[in-house]
Amino acid sequence: MCGATRGGLSLDGVDVAKEAVVQGQVVRDGEPVPNAYVRLLDRTGEFTAEVPTSATGHFRFFANTGPWTLRTLAPQAAVVDRKVEAAVGSVAEVTIAI
Amino acid sequence: MSRDSALVSAQWVEDHLGDPKVVLVEVDEDTAAYDKGHIAGAIKLDWTTDLQDQVRRDFVNKAQFEALLSSRGVANDDTVVLYGGNNNWFAAYAYWYFKLYGHQDVKLLDGGRKKWELDSRELTDELPTRATTSYTAGEQDKTIRAFRDEVVDAIGVKNLVDVRSPDEFAGRLMAPAHLPQEQAQRAGHIPTAANVPWSKAANDDGTFKSDDELKALYSDAGVDWGKDTIAYCRIGERSSHTWFVLKELLGQQNVKNYDGSWTEYGSLVGVPVVLGDEPGEVDA
Repeated sequence: MCGATRGGLSLDGVDVAKEAVVQGQVVRDGEPVPNAYVRLLDRTGEFTAEVPTSATGHFRFFANTGPWTLRTLAPQAAVVDRKVEAAVGSVAEVTIAI
Repeated sequence: MSRDSALVSAQWVEDHLGDPKVVLVEVDEDTAAYDKGHIAGAIKLDWTTDLQDQVRRDFVNKAQFEALLSSRGVANDDTVVLYGGNNNWFAAYAYWYFKLYGHQDVKLLDGGRKKWELDSRELTDELPTRATTSYTAGEQDKTIRAFRDEVVDAIGVKNLVDVRSPDEFAGRLMAPAHLPQEQAQRAGHIPTAANVPWSKAANDDGTFKSDDELKALYSDAGVDWGKDTIAYCRIGERSSHTWFVLKELLGQQNVKNYDGSWTEYGSLVGVPVVLGDEPGEVDA
């Protein structure tokens, strides 16, 4: 279970009722970015987790209710920070343009 | 050990591609990352299958480790350079593991796979071939591995460094936020433990911070440099990263990694647990 979670919009196998899912896709000029890294920062800006994007540019985190920041790093791109609100029992979908 | 002997740069690795005595090893928490592309010549170790006993909760034994490295073509006198994703999270775990079994010349690629990718350096899906060897491992070096009783005895005596995220430390989360929430029976942390999230030791690109920044980080959290130290996290991999910083970069003596970590401690019957953001008292 400890593999970095592959992104993707399918929630098969995820008990959404128990999780505060934050997921989405990284895009550049509308195209998915498969070699980006998305970091989840907590309400104080502290690093909590990081995942590489999947072949389709997707990522997913299991967070907790509250405010989070998604920090995206990719080759030849400036760092992008996006705020997101997560809540247990819901799925926060975020598209990040770099 | 020091930064110069324990770390190599991406440029150093690029300059040594094709050197038969330098073995690049990718170890990722995402065990499929290697298959998407890896540094030319790199072999893969899967931490879930190659490095863990598949029946009991423990590492592979000396004979299994010898068989593993022999079959992958790693020789005792090879320079092993480990790298992986997530600030070298699992690569640092493998580094500690190689040291546990006495490999002499092992290094981390500073910044790991992420730095390599962010630099737009080349990855390949071509699989390397290495002739098998007859690798001889040492007995486990227990001076770098802590077990549960030693951890309980260390409360209020040694530095305990909890390297999980603040929410895990306080008991608000049970696991890193990109993983489903499960594991130990109880949330919280070991009394008196300082919380220094492992990731604070790394820059955004995954490279390690400077020695001065690192010393300040642990000093500010209350680490007493005159005491022995035990680092722990949830399953012992993030704390390997901190173990690497304290022992290999800063040269601190007597640093152990508690690989049982919170999944073991938080399931023990009768041990003290503290909730909240403060380290807590000895007799919590």
